Amino acid sequence: MDARAEALEAQRTQARTRRGGAAGWARKLLAQRYLQAMALLGVAWMLVFNYIPMYGLIIAFKEYNIIKSVGEAPWVGLTHFREFFSDEQLPGVIRNTIGISLLKLIVGFPLPILFALFLNELRSVRFKKAVQTISYLPHFLSWVILGGILTTWLSDVGVINKFLQALGLIRDPVDYLASPGYFWTIVVSSDIWKELGWSAIIYLAAMASVSPEMYEAATIDGAGRFQKMQYVTLPGIAGTISILFILAVSGLLNSNFDQIFVMRNALNDSTSNVIDIFVYQTGISQSRYSYATAVGLIKSVITLGLLLGANGILKRMNQSTLF
Amino acid sequence: MFALKRRTRGEAVFDGINVLLMLVICFVTIYPVWYVLVNSLNSGQDAMRGGIYWLPRVFTLDNYAAVVDNPGIVTAMGITVAKTLVGTVLHVFFTAMVAYAFSRRELIGRNLYMILGTVTMIFNGGLIPTFLLIRDLQLLDNFFVYIIPAMFSFFDLIIFVSFFRELPQGLEEAAKIDGANDLVLFLRVVIPVSLPVVATIALFHGVWQWNDYFAGVIYITQNTELQPIQTFLYRVVAQNDTSQMVTAAAGGITKSVTSNSVKMATMVVTTLPIVLAYPFLQRYFVKGLMIGSIKG
Repeated sequence: MDARAEALEAQRTQARTRRGGAAGWARKLLAQRYLQAMALLGVAWMLVFNYIPMYGLIIAFKEYNIIKSVGEAPWVGLTHFREFFSDEQLPGVIRNTIGISLLKLIVGFPLPILFALFLNELRSVRFKKAVQTISYLPHFLSWVILGGILTTWLSDVGVINKFLQALGLIRDPVDYLASPGYFWTIVVSSDIWKELGWSAIIYLAAMASVSPEMYEAATIDGAGRFQKMQYVTLPGIAGTISILFILAVSGLLNSNFDQIFVMRNALNDSTSNVIDIFVYQTGISQSRYSYATAVGLIKSVITLGLLLGANGILKRMNQSTLF
Repeated sequence: MFALKRRTRGEAVFDGINVLLMLVICFVTIYPVWYVLVNSLNSGQDAMRGGIYWLPRVFTLDNYAAVVDNPGIVTAMGITVAKTLVGTVLHVFFTAMVAYAFSRRELIGRNLYMILGTVTMIFNGGLIPTFLLIRDLQLLDNFFVYIIPAMFSFFDLIIFVSFFRELPQGLEEAAKIDGANDLVLFLRVVIPVSLPVVATIALFHGVWQWNDYFAGVIYITQNTELQPIQTFLYRVVAQNDTSQMVTAAAGGITKSVTSNSVKMATMVVTTLPIVLAYPFLQRYFVKGLMIGSIKG
């Protein structure tokens, strides 16, 4: 078939489908029945495991208990939301959630960028590879394992106390995980320790795609190492930074449940009780399903707002955005 | 002209400090892991005197013997291996299958399906409605609670779709002429040529399955036989419930074993498979992370 005949045939097919309407559509559907079956299995999974829980959110506005189904439970309007806003735990929960997350954003967001910048300046490729391989090892360890290490290290007979005592910085040992004042610092620094290398991968990859000619041009213009980092490398990865920043901001209320759940205890509760922990405690431990769902819903809505807000602001600044 | 790159003094100082900085970071990263290893290889009784930092003082394998001797730990390890293998195979297969269908432009309803999926990435029902669903599905205290709710991920689907889009058209046409339907095409043609992305997703999900302790904490309410090793460790670490460890220590091989030293040995055993596997899979996940984050 030559090109003209092919075009003609395509035209005819198009006309047929247009004229055929329902019949043509049904024929097409039949032809892709295997494909549809594959797709619909996925859609069915999403309906069950994503959309039924979204429907389940209505129990935030109901008085749900085990005996009645979600549909049968009586409506109570905004009762649970009001209850949360007058809950005496609220100020602490908000302070801890925002405090930990902001610290992670302020300290934990720029550090991987700095690390990647300096890693990028290493002359020996083999050394660079070795540092990278070592630096993302902790990413693959679970928070349970790290929690185990931390509880051993931070106890009053642990490595940290021994070290500080040997240096003469402290006289009496401190049980760090039992002292609320240290909790935020421990959470933020251990998170950085775990994810520094891993977070840097994406920046390093972005740096690898900055054109070498830019560096040559900067060298000719007499730029030094720091100037090249500042005027060539950083602008080169600005798009990547922008996208990761949106994700970081939208995660402000997600204070890394897995981590805090492992490291919290009754003694540090005043600084370790974040929204996600609060939802778990009231919902799962105390079976106050409707109340916990209401609190979770407030969190989800704020998170969505943060995502759209950060995205909108960066869009106005003409940066790369998610959508 | 520029061929002769001579380092100025300032540059040499910069390089020196940079290398030193990197060495410090590497040490800080590795040392906690080394510490656990050293302590797991030291007699527990002796370790209580403190001061084990660099090498074992009283070398022994008793801690590992106690781990192997403890039926609770062995069962939990078996659950972890099972859930990681079954969970990863099903997750990769199922997500890839759906992704393949979603990647084909002629799929009727494709836009609607994609919108349904995208919504799940930015909004979800949260902890409690999900828990109630799992309960209503009779998945509490059921091994499949590790598998079925984790079988699909729209985020991973996007990574698969962007990979499948790059495959040459001719490949599919040739198989179709030979009479293959879409399912056969997917299994016999698409999967075999998509090994890099399959390996990436398998690694990510496998690590997640191996490390996840939360499903065991919340969905395994009665039957502790079903808890994975990470949940077992969680109860030991966070809830300070060393009773299971102490049984191993008391009834165990020798007196030199303590609950702490068995804990160290368990941590090593739990982590070893991942530490051994990851250097081999490195080249895959760097690529996978790139695709994932940029398209995400």
